[in-house]
Formats: sequence, C-alpha cells, structure tokens
Amino acid sequence: MQRYIARRALQSLLAIWVMSLVVFSLARISGNPLDMMLPLEAGPEEYERVSKHWGLDQPLHTQYFIFLSKAVRGDFGNSWKWHGQSAMGLVWQRLPATLQLAGFALAISVVIALPIGVLSAVMKDTGWDSVAKIIALLGQSLPAFWLGIVLMWIFAVHLGWFPTSGRGGIQHMVLPAITLGWFQVAAIMRLVRSSMLDVLDSEFVKLTRIKGLAEWKVVWKHCLRNAAIAPLTFFAIIAGVLMTGAVVTESVFSWPGTGMLVVDAVTARDFQVVQAVVIVFAGIFILTNLVVDILYAYLDPRIRYQ
Amino acid sequence: MATVTVTTLPWYAPPRIAQAIGQVRRYPVVPLALLMFLLVIPALLATQVAPYDPLEGSLANRLKPPAWQQGGTSEYLLGTDKLGRDILSRLIHGARVSLMVSLVAIFVGGIIGTSLGLMSGYFGGWVDAVLMRLVDISLSLPTILLALVLVAAVGPSFGTVIAVLVVLLWARYARLVRGETLSIKERDFIARARVAGASHTRIMVRYIFPNVVNSLVVLATLQVGYVILLESALSFLGAGLPRPIPAWGLMIADGRELIVRAWWVSMFPGLAIMLTVLSLNLLGDWLRDHLDPKLRNV
Repeated sequence: MQRYIARRALQSLLAIWVMSLVVFSLARISGNPLDMMLPLEAGPEEYERVSKHWGLDQPLHTQYFIFLSKAVRGDFGNSWKWHGQSAMGLVWQRLPATLQLAGFALAISVVIALPIGVLSAVMKDTGWDSVAKIIALLGQSLPAFWLGIVLMWIFAVHLGWFPTSGRGGIQHMVLPAITLGWFQVAAIMRLVRSSMLDVLDSEFVKLTRIKGLAEWKVVWKHCLRNAAIAPLTFFAIIAGVLMTGAVVTESVFSWPGTGMLVVDAVTARDFQVVQAVVIVFAGIFILTNLVVDILYAYLDPRIRYQ
Repeated sequence: MATVTVTTLPWYAPPRIAQAIGQVRRYPVVPLALLMFLLVIPALLATQVAPYDPLEGSLANRLKPPAWQQGGTSEYLLGTDKLGRDILSRLIHGARVSLMVSLVAIFVGGIIGTSLGLMSGYFGGWVDAVLMRLVDISLSLPTILLALVLVAAVGPSFGTVIAVLVVLLWARYARLVRGETLSIKERDFIARARVAGASHTRIMVRYIFPNVVNSLVVLATLQVGYVILLESALSFLGAGLPRPIPAWGLMIADGRELIVRAWWVSMFPGLAIMLTVLSLNLLGDWLRDHLDPKLRNV
C-alpha cells in the first residue's frame, strides 16, 4: 500500500511538473511579452530596462529555473493587467468565489441526482426510468455555456426570478450552480442507479424484506447506505471537473471567481496570472485524482497489485 | 439423454410492415437521420444549401427575428445576427466547421495514439513504461485550462484548435490500443507470423491493428460528440476558432450580450450542438453495444 501511494504521489508530482513546463514554454512561445507590456512609443533602452526587471534577458533555461524556484514558493510574479498585484494574491482573492460556487453546484447536483438515481433503480424499466435515462443523455449532450444562457434567458430575463449575473446572495448562485452542476447530475445519477441495482439484488436486502421492514426503509436506509460508497469516491473527481467547468460557467454569468480571472488574463495576455491560475487548478485537479486513487486502492485491494 | 429444443414458430407470418418495423428498430434510425440532417448533409452541401453567404451581412437587416415572429421575414427563416448575417446559413456552414474540426482532430489524435499504443503494448519494457506515464500525465491535465493556455499563447486559429484537441485526445487511443495489443500479442497467430519472418512493423500493422479497429471505431464515434462540445466551449471562451468563422460556439458567444433583445442569435446554434451531440452519443452507444461490448466503461 505504501509503495502504491508513493508511486502515485510521484506520478502526480511529475504531472504538475510537466504542467509547469508546458505553461512556461507556451508563455515564451507566444511572442515577446514586452510588446504587450510597453507602450508603442517605448525606445530600446526602455525595453532593456523592463526586460532586465522581469528577468527576460536571461537564457531560457535560466528563466525556467527562476520561474520554477519562485513557483515552488508560490510566487508567480506580478500581474500586468491588474496593476502589479501579485498573481498568486489575485488567485487567492478569487478562489473563495469559485469554491463557493463549486460547492453549491455539488450540493444541488447531489440533491437532484440522488433521488432520481434511486427511484430509477427501484422502478427499473418503467416510465420513470426512461425519464432518468433522458436526463442522463441530455446531461452529456448539452453545452454548459449554452445551458447557462438559456437559463438566464428564461429565469432571469423573462421571469425575473434571479439576477442575470454577478455575485451576491444565494439567489445569485442558483443559475450558475445549476449550469455548473448539470453535467454532474447525469454522472452521479447513473452511478447511483447502477450501484443501487447491485445492492437491491443482494442477499441482505432479501433478508430485510423477509423481516418485514417497510419498503421505503429497505430502499432509503439499508440499500442507499451501501450503494453510496461508489458515488462517494466519485466526488473527488467531480471536484476536479467542477473546478475546470467553473471557467466556462463563470464567464457566462460574470461570476468573479478564478475562472473569470483566467479568461480575462488570457485575453489580456497576462501570463503571470494565467500561470498562477493554471498551476493552482492543475494542482487541485491532480491532487484530487491522487486522493481518489488512494481511496480506491484502500477500498479495493486488487488495484494495489496491478 | 439428448435434450430436444423445441422452437415454436409463430403460427402465422407477421405482416410485412411489422417485419419492416422490427428490422428498422434494430438500427439507430433516429440518431442517424438527425445526424444526416443536421451535420452531414449541411456540411457536405453547405454552399449549395445555404441561402446566403455566411460571412456577408446586410446591415439594413440587422437582428431580424425568425420568420414566425413579429417583424420576421421569410427571407431569413431563423433571423439574422447583429451584422445582418443569416443565422440559418451560418448554422449550415457551422456544421461543416464542426465536422471538419472533429474529424481532423480525431483522425490525427487517433493515428498518433494508435501507433504509440501499438508500440507500447507490443514492445513492452521501457518503451511501455515511458509511454504509459505520458498517457497518465496527459489524462490528468485539466482539459479546458490546457487549451486556454495553448491557444492564448499561439493565438486562435484552425491549426491551434486542432493541435489542442489532438493533445487532449491521443492518450485515450494509446491506452485502449495498448490494452488490446497486450492480449493479442500472446495469441498463436502472432508467434506464427514471427516464425514466418514478419518484421515487427508488419506484425503491428497487418496482424494486430486489424484486431483493434472495432474498438477504435467505437471510441472515435463516442468522441466526435465530445470534441464538438469541447471545440464549441473553446470558441465560446474566445480560445477556439477565430471570428468570423461561423463556428457554433462563436455564434452562441455572439448572442450572449443580445439575449434580452435577440434570443434567436444564441438559441439556434445551441440547439444544433445539443441535437448533434445527442445523436452522436446515441449512435456511439449503439455501436459500442453491437461492435464492442467490452468497452462499457470507456
């Protein structure tokens, strides 16, 4: 088990390192960042001064080394667009908004997906099951950004139930959270359904029925508790997906989180900020994957010895 | 004692029409028809079918609503956008864009992934170790972010979008093909080919590859929808195809600020994406069930 964890952890570190390499080299391919930073009328001495200040006059591998050693300490340099604020500071400042949205989205998708999944397993091959199937299919086929616009159009513009964009009270969060969670609803639902079907078939469920327990108690207490294990480990994956999904959703609803930050930074070619966001997100994403894998290996010993 | 199986034949022949329906129901007719109608025919015949040029607008006819709404004209069936371009024509040309992007990306990614997967599975050893670590890393990178960085660095163009998609796609093919190769290479006919003097390349291309084609077809079909979704999300974020290419994702982005005044600008391209991806998923599921039930979890 320890060896497995060590191997997976090493692999995760490697992935983060590759990501840093990718981010760094791409930032340098994109042309001279000085062209974006300096006004058109800047002279050569101006160029030299600024490039010295940012370390851009050094050879590439030295630049990468500087970048890496600073990155390890959480220093990604200062933003150009946001008037010299530290890039990492900007990320920390925006991260709570994203986490709040992702958390709410996760809660909403569980609240919607769990009962539908359970019911469609209990009422297998009925009309309800087909409805659930259709929801699952739609979850995979709807572009999230478009769903966001449609929701905004119906519930914010026409019905006026929710505000169209921005951050504020809970009513600001409903539409973005549904948009973000929609895809997960389908995924969780199918997982719950399949693991419920397994549990419903097992011996102990027959026993609880023979004991004469009420059917709702059999299903919602005894079965669900056992069927929830598989979807629970899935949550970490979802957390990763939600983080990246936030990029799209936040830009639709002008939600002031890290997702919007990175899109704005990309359009402004503010690479210090892009680097910081991408590395932080990649770190979270890769870390959750690691946790899930370890959790699985803990629950299912067969994985360890592959 | 021998068991005797008694097959009961229907005592009457089912009517022709019922037989025909039974035949039809065995095939994914609805998704196929939708796909032809939404994606393939418009993509192939875009210039012939589209009523207008997708890039030329007439400013006099800006933001015309669809024909059935007040103020709409039958000249512009689905209305026009803020530059007076015909939405229907842009949708039709958009089908061509979507189809082209996804086919090229999947083809290139598939070739790269398949050849690396074949090598990885066939040679094993350090080749396998290195390639599979690469696959693991590439699968654990956050998709959209990687694409954002890549496109922001090189600038949005057809080529960059393809490159982004290929980077994201190849790993799944490599993993799939490697797995299948591992089991196929142990079979007798490979050893015999080897004894007969076939080279490694020949064995991979002529003996192993044909045995993984089914799985590849299923994976590719399942991925077309995913790629269309991804490309449109990238274009929507401004990190995909550049304007004024009539990409569906870009059209939705154009309509976002207009949602209060002109819902049709973003609504129709979204519907197009949804129906296309939906039918592609249905088709992919069907193919998987019939060609390759092993792939349940891909």
